[in-house]
Amino acid sequence: MSGKALSLAAALLSLLFLGIFLAIWHVATVPKAQSQAPVDEYAKLLGKGAKQAEGFPTLAQLGEAAAVQLTDPFYDRGANDKGIGIQLGHSLARVGAGYALAILFAVPLGFLIGMSPLLYRALNPYIQLLKPISPLAWMPIALYTIRDSSISGVFVIFICSVWPMLINTAFGVASVRRDWLNVARTLEVRPLRKAFAVILPAAAPTILTGMRISIGIAWLVIVAAEMLVGGTGIGYFVWNEWNNLNLTNVIFAILVIGVVGMVLDFLIGRLQAAVTYVE
Amino acid sequence: MSHDLDEQRILETAVLRALVPQGDRRRKFLRAVGVSSAGAALASFFPLGALTAMAQQKAKPERAELKIGFIPITCATPLIMADPLGFYREQGLKVSLIKTAGWALIRDKMLNKEHDASHFLSPMPLAISMGLGSAQQPMRVMTVQNINGQAITLHVKHKDKRDPKEWKGFRFAVPFDYSMHNFLLRYYVAEHGLDPDTDIQIRVTPPPEMVANLRAGNIDGYLGPDPFNQRAVYDEVGFIHLLSKELWNGHPCCAFGTSEAFIKENPNTFAALFRAVLSAARMAREPRNRPLIAKVISPPNYLNQPETVVEQVLTGKFADGLGNVKNVPDRADFDPFPWQSMAVWILTQMKRWGYVKGDVNYQQIAEQVFLVTDARKYMAELEMKAPASSYARVRIMGKEFDPSEPEKYLASFAVKKAV
Repeated sequence: MSGKALSLAAALLSLLFLGIFLAIWHVATVPKAQSQAPVDEYAKLLGKGAKQAEGFPTLAQLGEAAAVQLTDPFYDRGANDKGIGIQLGHSLARVGAGYALAILFAVPLGFLIGMSPLLYRALNPYIQLLKPISPLAWMPIALYTIRDSSISGVFVIFICSVWPMLINTAFGVASVRRDWLNVARTLEVRPLRKAFAVILPAAAPTILTGMRISIGIAWLVIVAAEMLVGGTGIGYFVWNEWNNLNLTNVIFAILVIGVVGMVLDFLIGRLQAAVTYVE
Repeated sequence: MSHDLDEQRILETAVLRALVPQGDRRRKFLRAVGVSSAGAALASFFPLGALTAMAQQKAKPERAELKIGFIPITCATPLIMADPLGFYREQGLKVSLIKTAGWALIRDKMLNKEHDASHFLSPMPLAISMGLGSAQQPMRVMTVQNINGQAITLHVKHKDKRDPKEWKGFRFAVPFDYSMHNFLLRYYVAEHGLDPDTDIQIRVTPPPEMVANLRAGNIDGYLGPDPFNQRAVYDEVGFIHLLSKELWNGHPCCAFGTSEAFIKENPNTFAALFRAVLSAARMAREPRNRPLIAKVISPPNYLNQPETVVEQVLTGKFADGLGNVKNVPDRADFDPFPWQSMAVWILTQMKRWGYVKGDVNYQQIAEQVFLVTDARKYMAELEMKAPASSYARVRIMGKEFDPSEPEKYLASFAVKKAV
C-alpha cells in the first residue's frame, strides 16, 4: 500500500470505529418506553415527568448540552457560574504559569547536572525519590505554606512538570556526542559559546521530549487539582456538574479536556519537529 | 456638628415623606407650619433621636468588597440568599460568594485570609480557636445559620434495617470531624448501644460527594446536610431514615463567622455583615417566603440543584424515599441566635470522643467564640426577638442537658472514648 492509500484507509477505519462506538452508546441509552403510571404527588416530588435525564445520557442529550455550552462559552453569571470558555481560560493560565516556571527552573538546572557528572550522581537519588510522588500529595503542604489556593494550583503544576524536563535535559546534555565536544575543545571554543552553540542544539530534541511529556502530565493534573480546590477552571466545572449529578455536562467537559490536551501536545510536537536534525 | 444637623434634617425629611407621600401636600404642610416646627412636631411622636443614632451607627464599611466562602447546602440559606435578594447591597457591601469544595478548604481559606468571612460548621470556629486540627487562630461565630435541617439517609437496600442495632459494620459519611453531623451521629448510635469508633465506620466526605458515594455503594448512609438527603431520594438511591430534628429539635448546624482579626480591623464592615445576614435570616424564618428562597438559591451559581429538591427541604413537604409524602414544616429553620449553651454542648461531645483532651473551660470558650452580645445588639436594631439568656437547657433524644454542669453531663454517658 502506498502512503496515501494507507492514510485514507486509516481515516476510514477511524470513522468506522467512531460509528460503532456511537451506535453502541445509542443502543445502550435509548430511552425505554415510559410506563404510563399516573403521576401522583409522590412521583411528582421525585421529579417524574419533569426530570430531564434518567441514567446515562443519550447522544441527543449530549449534543444538546454541547450546543448550549458552545453557543455561549463566555457567559458570566456570578462567581460560581461561568461559561466553559472562561473556565478553560483559567485552567490554561494556571498550566501556563506553572509550566513556564518549570521550564525556567528545570532547563538551566538540567543543563548543569548534565554537564557535571559529579552533580548528576549527587542529585540523582533526590530526583528519583521526588519524581514518583503524586503531585496532588503536595497540595495540603502547598495550601498550608503558600496560603493561597490559586498559587497552590500553579505550584502543583510546577512540581509535576519539572521532573520530566529536568531528567530529559540532563540526559540530553550528558549524551551529546564526544566527537562534537572534542571538536569544540580543539577549536578552543569558550564554555558559554560551547553551551549555546554545540550542546543546546544537540540536546534540544531530548529537552523538547521532556517538555512534551510534561505538558501532558500538567494537563492531567490541573483537572484533578481544580476539582480539589475549586473556584474556577475546567476541573471545577466538572466538580460542580458532578455535585448536581449532571453526567451530560461532565461528559461534555471530558471531551473538551481531551481536545485541549491533544492541541497542547500537537503544539509542542510541532516545536519538537522544528528543532530535530538529521545526522 | 453641622454634619450631625444635616443628618437630622435628612432623617426628618425621610420620615415626613413616609408620612405624607404626596409632594404638594407635604410642601403645603411645611409652608404652613415652618420647617423647624414641623421637625419638632414630628419629634414629639417619632423617636427621631433614636433613629438618628441608628443612622449614625450605620457608618460606612471600611471595606466594601468582601469574599465569603460557602459550601453549597441549604444550611447556608441566609448567607446565600442575601446575595441575590440584595441584603448585602442594602448594607453597602459588594460580596462575592465563593463556592468551596470542602470544609477543610473553608478552614484553610479563612486561616489564609483568602476569605473575609465564611460559612462554618458551628463546631469549627470553636476547634480553630482552640487550635484543634489546625493552626490556632481566634475565630468567631456571629450567627447560627440554621437549626434542624439535617437527616440520616440510608441506601435503599437497607430499607428494612431501621433499627440502629443492625448497623454493625456500616460505613457512614459525615461532612467533617468538627461537625454537628459527626457528633449527632455518634450520639445517636451510642444511645442505641453501638460504639461509633469500633462498631461502625465514620468517614469524612464533602457533602456534595455524598450522593455519588451512596450510589456507588462506597457508604451505607450518611448524616448529612440537605439538599443531599433529599437529592438521594430524588435520585432514588436513598431514603430518609430520620430527620435530625427528631434527635434534638432546634439543634444548631452551620454558623456564619469571621476571624477576631477581621472584626478588630473592620468594625463597621462587621456590623454591616451582621445586619445583612440577620435580615436574611429573618426573611428565611417566614414559611411563606420559602418557595421564593428555594427559587433564588437553586441555580448553578449557588446550590446547583433541581428547584423541587430545595423546595422540599425548605417547605418541609417532601418525599421520604419509602413511598410517603411527609409534611414537617419545621424540618429546617433559620434561628440565628448563637446560644452559648450550644457551644458548651459541642465542647462536651468533642471531649467525649477524644477530640480534645484534658480540662476544658467550657463557658470561657463558649463566651469567647459565640458572640451573643453582638447578636443581641443587632437583632434589637432589626426588631428581632432575642432571648434574654445565653444558656438554655435542652433535651436530646429524651436526655436532659444542663449547660451549667458539663462535666456531670459528660460522666453520665455509658459509651464514650476511653481516656
